Amino acid sequence: MRMIINYLIFPGFLFSAVVGLMSGWVDRKVTARIQWRKGPPWHQNFTDIIKLSGKEIIVPENGKLVFLSAPFAGLLSLVLCATILGKAIMAPSESFAGDIIVVLYLLTIPALSLIIGASSSRNPLASVGASREMKLVLSYELPFILSVVTVIIKSSGIISLGGIINPQINSSSYFFSWSGALAFIVTIFCMQAKLGFAPFDIAEADQEIMGGTLIEYSGLPLAVFKLNKALLLYIMPLLVTVLFLGKDLSIGFLLLKYTEILVIAILIKNTNPRLRIDQAMRFFWGPVTFAALIALGLALIGK
Amino acid sequence: MDLKTKALLKSIWVFHISAGSCNNCDIEILDCLTPRFDLERFGIQLIGSIRHADALLITGAMNRKSVPRIKKLYAQAPKPCVVVAVGQCALSRNMFRYSYNVMEPLDKILPVDVYIPGCPPRPEAVIDGIVKLVKKVRGVK
Repeated sequence: MRMIINYLIFPGFLFSAVVGLMSGWVDRKVTARIQWRKGPPWHQNFTDIIKLSGKEIIVPENGKLVFLSAPFAGLLSLVLCATILGKAIMAPSESFAGDIIVVLYLLTIPALSLIIGASSSRNPLASVGASREMKLVLSYELPFILSVVTVIIKSSGIISLGGIINPQINSSSYFFSWSGALAFIVTIFCMQAKLGFAPFDIAEADQEIMGGTLIEYSGLPLAVFKLNKALLLYIMPLLVTVLFLGKDLSIGFLLLKYTEILVIAILIKNTNPRLRIDQAMRFFWGPVTFAALIALGLALIGK
Repeated sequence: MDLKTKALLKSIWVFHISAGSCNNCDIEILDCLTPRFDLERFGIQLIGSIRHADALLITGAMNRKSVPRIKKLYAQAPKPCVVVAVGQCALSRNMFRYSYNVMEPLDKILPVDVYIPGCPPRPEAVIDGIVKLVKKVRGVK
């Protein structure tokens, strides 16, 4: 019973969806202010979701089941991920061994669901978007996992979220060491790509391929994909906070750190043009992976 | 008025079709999204895919090439979806009235909900048209 409440309400679905949609509003508002506009009201993303769930659902021929179930697969995994993270923050000692690996796996499933859904729609632009998304996943996963490994090494090899938070509470945040700072920067880039923000919004490029992966989706499935994005926007900054800034996780400081990382992502998004997919791959496999390896080396010699 | 209609009026996603216009109406539509008028504060967004659209904004004179494509696009849009005719050409064919290539105005082709006249319509006129549309939906339901 308590697990169901955890999954559906508090750190899980309801709470993370509300926080994620509010973060989506922060994104739109900050973007608007940067462009000297006023921006939408705070309930805009909720309104969008309600509106989309009331629209007609158009399903392409063949592949109906895959097309309709893909967004829900992503949603389920993200909710599970949010629950694990939220529980780990509330009670670090209760987290089970290996949950950071589970979180890493669950964070790839939304991208996979996007690829599968887009491919099943049989739209040429959607398939272009799916192939770009696939290449992007391949490129950012390597440095992302390397920087997570850096963190695990710094917490003396304990592979659990609690084992990562506890040493930070006892001494200081990993961000304030050479390897930690380097891995933090790498993770920020990977977060940007995972969220699909510019300069890595290649898979969903509105101006080139008209929404790319989401082009054939309408109505409720589209709303679920928007919800997926919102949940990811909640999970990723929170994960970065836990990994690198875990010193003080009381509610006020947590909110402050979360908002800070969110605004960093939004500022990067608003000040950079979109890269081509080959540039993005070269960027991630070149300098970013190299920086992640240096961070790994620094962590191994204890800096 | 139920919740879904309320939400629809607060978040209108616009798909912009240029059916052979001279580009002036299109520039004025883009002006509505710039900092001076900022339609995003009412939840109005330009979107790329017809499947996400709540409103079709159609500019230009309907010529023989574009009419079948407009019909196809309207059939592809998820309902409820409104059609907004922008500019004198879409309304009444304007100077192309006796052209061999422009058969009929937009409202003979699709059910038009709002007409925004002008050559080109000013951004204020476009916003006024949207306000009329919102009032119309409120009045009907």
